[in-house]
Amino acid sequence: MIEVNNLVKKYGDKVAIDGLSFNIKEGEVVGLLGLNGAGKSTTMNCLTGYIAPTEGSIKIGGYDLLKDPNKAKKIIGYLPEIFSFYTDMRIVEYLDYVCDIKGFTKDKKARKEHIEAICQQTGISHLSGRMIRNLSKGYKQRVGFAQALIGNPKVIILDEPTVGLDPSQIIEIRQLIKDSGKESTVIVSSHILSEIQAICSRIILIHEGHIAFDGPIESIGKNITEGREVIVRVKGKREDVEAVLKSIPQIASFHHMEVKEPGCEDFTVEGKEGSDIRELLFKGFSEKGMTLLQLYGKEISLESTFLQLTGQERKGGEKK
Amino acid sequence: MISIFKREVRSYFRTPLGYVIVAVAYFFSGYYFFTYNLYGNTTDLTKLFELLFPIVLFLVPVLTMRLMSEEKRSKTDQQLLTAPISRLGIIVGKYLSAVVVFLIAISGTLVDAIIASFYGKVDWPCVIGNFIGLCLLGLALIAICLFLSSITESQVIAAVLGFAVSLFLMLVDAISYVVKSNFLKTFFEYISFNERYSPFTLGIVELQNVLFFLTIAALFIAISTALLERKRWN
Repeated sequence: MIEVNNLVKKYGDKVAIDGLSFNIKEGEVVGLLGLNGAGKSTTMNCLTGYIAPTEGSIKIGGYDLLKDPNKAKKIIGYLPEIFSFYTDMRIVEYLDYVCDIKGFTKDKKARKEHIEAICQQTGISHLSGRMIRNLSKGYKQRVGFAQALIGNPKVIILDEPTVGLDPSQIIEIRQLIKDSGKESTVIVSSHILSEIQAICSRIILIHEGHIAFDGPIESIGKNITEGREVIVRVKGKREDVEAVLKSIPQIASFHHMEVKEPGCEDFTVEGKEGSDIRELLFKGFSEKGMTLLQLYGKEISLESTFLQLTGQERKGGEKK
Repeated sequence: MISIFKREVRSYFRTPLGYVIVAVAYFFSGYYFFTYNLYGNTTDLTKLFELLFPIVLFLVPVLTMRLMSEEKRSKTDQQLLTAPISRLGIIVGKYLSAVVVFLIAISGTLVDAIIASFYGKVDWPCVIGNFIGLCLLGLALIAICLFLSSITESQVIAAVLGFAVSLFLMLVDAISYVVKSNFLKTFFEYISFNERYSPFTLGIVELQNVLFFLTIAALFIAISTALLERKRWN
């Protein structure tokens, strides 16, 4: 549905994005992730035709965005990061205007039904007659989302869709994005990792204008984990636990953690690359007659993964 | 283009701007009509159109100041530029909306002519010639001021630039009298809006003057479109 080839955008001497290439299939919900200034918004602006790339090509639904901009733009629904409205319009009137500029059907009945369905979907039906300037930020964002859905676009591009919303509004907008992903290809840009984790099935991590990672969300941790990390809680003295851990050659390192349960010791244990230390730990403690109360894999947070990936990329850039 | 046009026309009359412009134009045409025609007992409307020339020069920058600058300032241009509409369609839609409001504003002169016809014989060819001249002047000025609005994010700056350009166009005649170079003299006379507008006030519609105003309008619409396209590439 989206084909991006060797996308480069320069602002004067500054290279904002440098040789991005990726394909997004129909029905995928992709998270465009990156630190502030990484090149996310520039990428999105290129994808929507707001700005033209310095080099490279973009195809949306088979239409080249440079050669056939209007055909490509017709199948895109876009919610920019800072979405501005004509505040002198009412919601229904505004959505009708968006139908006009997107070239949606002129059949009044079909258009009315379409707008009503979108208002229903975005939860603004009861406010449809209201002036946009009188809406709260959350509702304005919903109107922004509603306008992105006008014309049933095959591709929906959302730039930081939940910025500035309260937690309940964030949950509602995320649900809307998930629902949209059932019928359209969705690209969501964000620097909030939990958001991407909650919505997307695939991540494209942009760092300093390059793709630092592109793959399924579940594989992002695997990609950078060097050893298997587990947390154990053992009943006994600290010295005894440490002696067992030292006796297992497959253990690369271990660290004592704060005591959370009296008479027990907690450790973070990291196995050597490629080894599964869970069974070894169980056997080791049981042979010494010690009770292993807890053993669980240390969950690698997307945040730490993100920082490691962007850190690696920075080092790579310095080498160049 | 039509969607942009409809939105802009609605926007003019949803805010006081459209009403103020129409009211001011009606006030001055009514005032001159009363003092020169009704009070002076004459149906010759040439003076009225002559006096409307500077009024139009100052009204047009106010009419156009927000057209592009406000979109840029409030970032609503992002939606327009990502919609399946051509850059030319956006500019022409906005341009035509200002033209419509301008035509409504100057239509007061025709009302004055109709009123005058109740009291005596009106020289209709002269009135229509004048009206065509005023329309053409408006078409050219709106295009120039639309361009000025597209180079700034501030409505105030757009209006001030519009006033400055309008004033310059009024003073071009005076400059042509003081310059010694024949080339510059000819050039200033050639671009003088006053020189081009004067024949219309006598009811003379010359093709070259019509083409002059239309060319200026087309030129500045093209420049505004190119400027909008340039934004995409920068």
